[in-house]
Amino acid sequence: MVNIEQYGDYKTSWCPGCGNFPILKALKEALVGLDLEPHQVLFVSGIGQAAKAPHYINGNVFNGLHGRSLPVATGAKLANPGLVVVVESGDGCMYGEGGNHFLAAIRRNIDLTVLVHNNQVYGLTKGQASPTSAQGFVTRAQPDGVFSSPFNPIAVAVALQAGFVARSFAGMGEHLVEMIQRGIRHRGLALIDILQPCVSFNHVNTYDWYRKRCKPIGPEHDPRDWEKAMALSLKWGEEIPVGVIYQNDRPAFEEHFAVLKEAPLLGRKVDKRALEHILEHYA
Amino acid sequence: MEFLDFNVLIGGEAGQGLQTVGEAFSRALVRSGYRIHVTQTYESRVRGGHNVFAIRFGAKEVLAPTEKVDLLVALNGETLFLHRQEMAPGGQALADEAWEIPEGISAVRAPYKSLSGNGFANTVAMGVAGALLRIREEVLAGALEQILGKGKASLAEANRRVLSSAYRWSKEHCTELEVPSPGAQAVPRIVLNGHEAVGLGAISAGVRFCAYYPMSPSTSVAMTLVQWSKEMSIIVEQAEDEIAAINMAIGASFAGLPSLVPTSGGGFALMVEAVSLAAVSETPVVILIGQRPGPATGLATRTEQADLEFVLHAGHGEFPRAVFAPGSIEECFHLTRKAVELAEKYQGPVFILTDHFLADSYRDVEPFEVEDLDCVLPGEEPGAIPEGGYARYAITPSGVSPRLLPGVSRHLVVADSHEHTEKGHITEDLSLRPKMVEKRLRKYQGLAQEVVPPSFSGPQDPELLLVGWGSTKGALQEAASLLSRAGRKTSVLHFSQVWPLVDAQFLERLKQAKTTVCVEGNATGQLARLIRRETGFKFPMQVSRYDGLPMTPEYILARLARQ
Ligand SMILES: Cc1ncc(C[n+]2csc(CCOP(=O)(O)OP(=O)(O)O)c2C)c(N)n1
Ligand code: SF4
Repeated sequence: MVNIEQYGDYKTSWCPGCGNFPILKALKEALVGLDLEPHQVLFVSGIGQAAKAPHYINGNVFNGLHGRSLPVATGAKLANPGLVVVVESGDGCMYGEGGNHFLAAIRRNIDLTVLVHNNQVYGLTKGQASPTSAQGFVTRAQPDGVFSSPFNPIAVAVALQAGFVARSFAGMGEHLVEMIQRGIRHRGLALIDILQPCVSFNHVNTYDWYRKRCKPIGPEHDPRDWEKAMALSLKWGEEIPVGVIYQNDRPAFEEHFAVLKEAPLLGRKVDKRALEHILEHYA
Repeated sequence: MEFLDFNVLIGGEAGQGLQTVGEAFSRALVRSGYRIHVTQTYESRVRGGHNVFAIRFGAKEVLAPTEKVDLLVALNGETLFLHRQEMAPGGQALADEAWEIPEGISAVRAPYKSLSGNGFANTVAMGVAGALLRIREEVLAGALEQILGKGKASLAEANRRVLSSAYRWSKEHCTELEVPSPGAQAVPRIVLNGHEAVGLGAISAGVRFCAYYPMSPSTSVAMTLVQWSKEMSIIVEQAEDEIAAINMAIGASFAGLPSLVPTSGGGFALMVEAVSLAAVSETPVVILIGQRPGPATGLATRTEQADLEFVLHAGHGEFPRAVFAPGSIEECFHLTRKAVELAEKYQGPVFILTDHFLADSYRDVEPFEVEDLDCVLPGEEPGAIPEGGYARYAITPSGVSPRLLPGVSRHLVVADSHEHTEKGHITEDLSLRPKMVEKRLRKYQGLAQEVVPPSFSGPQDPELLLVGWGSTKGALQEAASLLSRAGRKTSVLHFSQVWPLVDAQFLERLKQAKTTVCVEGNATGQLARLIRRETGFKFPMQVSRYDGLPMTPEYILARLARQ
């Protein structure tokens, strides 16, 4: 049995009251609940406040560049498909700097669990607008309010038929644990967009603001119904649906590599006979 | 005569099967006992334009391209006009009977249409030219069949028939040309171009992962890996962009697969941030840059050697690196292997600089002794390291820390792009920072001990020393021989590794020669500048080529004559 102490308890550099704390707690609980040991998990992240999360939990870690968590995670998963790979990212890192990788990873449907701490703002660089900031959101960098329309990660992921698309909220601990666990169990790419209050720079989307609006999706919604999921993905405002919005059984990317069928490539020596044979081809 | 060789130039539009004809000829010539050297030039388009496949062959090793054509095989009429200035004295052209022949060209006029039946004009030209060059029909037919593949039996059969009628026609209507006699080759030789050799070198060294975004001329490296991915168990992924490609390779390498990323200048520009990532996270990765003329998109299908300084300085911050610049097919193979080994051993980025010319240049080489080749296997046995005590960045005298792989043991492997503690965690401890910087820089000492010294050939006390790097090796050697024969004692110093530079390996040579000339495929003399910066040695003369064409012995001689 795995216990939560194995996942460690670290001092962080987050602001007191930040929504990142409950997300980290939920992540540890989810992993413990799945009986996964730290060495079985690889956390991959980019840069930002959210992306520091892997430093505050025991596990294997690759903390790379801003926006580039998904390609690194993709390479690592292909190298060792036995690893449970969890990507941790902020909304700026994932949907802004890493936007192209976000689209490509969904299309590949590689077996990663992508947790986006979505605080609708750039935290680490001190409060500029992010791709998910609402129109009109005023920051010191956008004194006249954000002009661009917000990126809707859920709608984009559903449109591209991502394997698993869910939304949760940092203030709903149990719900979040369940979403992370379902995401990890899902074979294929799982996106969990997590609404995360930033107490320092986002004074609009606060805990209270979300608490009033977040409504768990009822059992009447069939997440396998793409058209209904598409419609649900567009819902945002006075009521924000949280839960599994869409799910399908597309095969995971790593399954299509014939060379991965027998065993992982890790630790295999070069087959010299095969190489000799190949050289003959050039005669 | 030493350079008793013959240059066949096949010219035509893209899409006319030039590559097939050229490759079949190359193989057939090698099978007939010749040594070959191929130079391809083409325009950046899929159909039309003017492309060239030039094969220079002889009994002895052929080192470089030449600018004189002995047999011009025209697949279209335009070819005759475009190359008429290049005809060697006594040179012949092969053309369709219907085409206009420019004044001053002596041409064999073959009925391409009636001999080809149905659109195999390239095969007709191949057959007639094959007969003119005294290649045995079965040898050429066998090479052609191999290139067309076993797939389409009817296509191969049709080509075979056309080839036969072309040979028959040629025997009846033409006289065979005077060609050098073939050498006696003890071992059957294989025919590879530069990027095939790079790909095979990488495979043999244990590369298991390749991510790339298509860009000329480096795509062919990825294609070589794709071609053998099943047999050799390699994952090749076409990434969404170059940024993804290198980050994926870093991820795969971190988790245990030796990784290669082929690209070209523009693509490499996008990868630069991740070069620093490989350095600070101490993750092995080999990056191949197939150079082409820049800036930006430049001349997409031409050649140049102008990215040396870029690659040398790419990445923010200070960290060690090695940069290879193979000058022959053998070096493409062996130095790629060395690059993979060094990346693994010193845990960081290692570069290979090729260029368009070398990428596409087919030559014959002795088959590599596969039995003797070692491959890298990343990751160490955790041995006695206590479970909680593993430090990915343990500070060591060599700068190299023990590397474990994530998920393989119960040890936790933590890698970071920030400055970090020995255990890999982000830190702002400024007393640790210099220690980590120094730890990484200490790898230079190891790398410097493993530098491939520049090769020196020619008289020990030359009047003239030609210095160069990368793909110009053959042109330098041939130019030096020609000069020596004309009475000017000339030697060559060629760098196949351009970084780190170890003074002791070459500085005396530079000082001893009466005159030194640095010959480079760029406008500003990048190697010359690098050597000056590192050693204080200033080249009195430079030869630069930057018109998009490969360096040739003729070009070097002409430039020297002007100075
Ligand atoms: C290439 C690059 N550009 C910019 C930065 C600076 N930067 C660091 S974090 C960040 C934004 C972080 O926002 P987000 O991803 O939403 O995470 P948060 O801090 O809000 O959790 C930026 C722009 C960087 N590190 N690298
Ligand atoms: S800036 Fe915002 S997101 Fe970052 S730690 Fe503080 S509260 Fe959290």
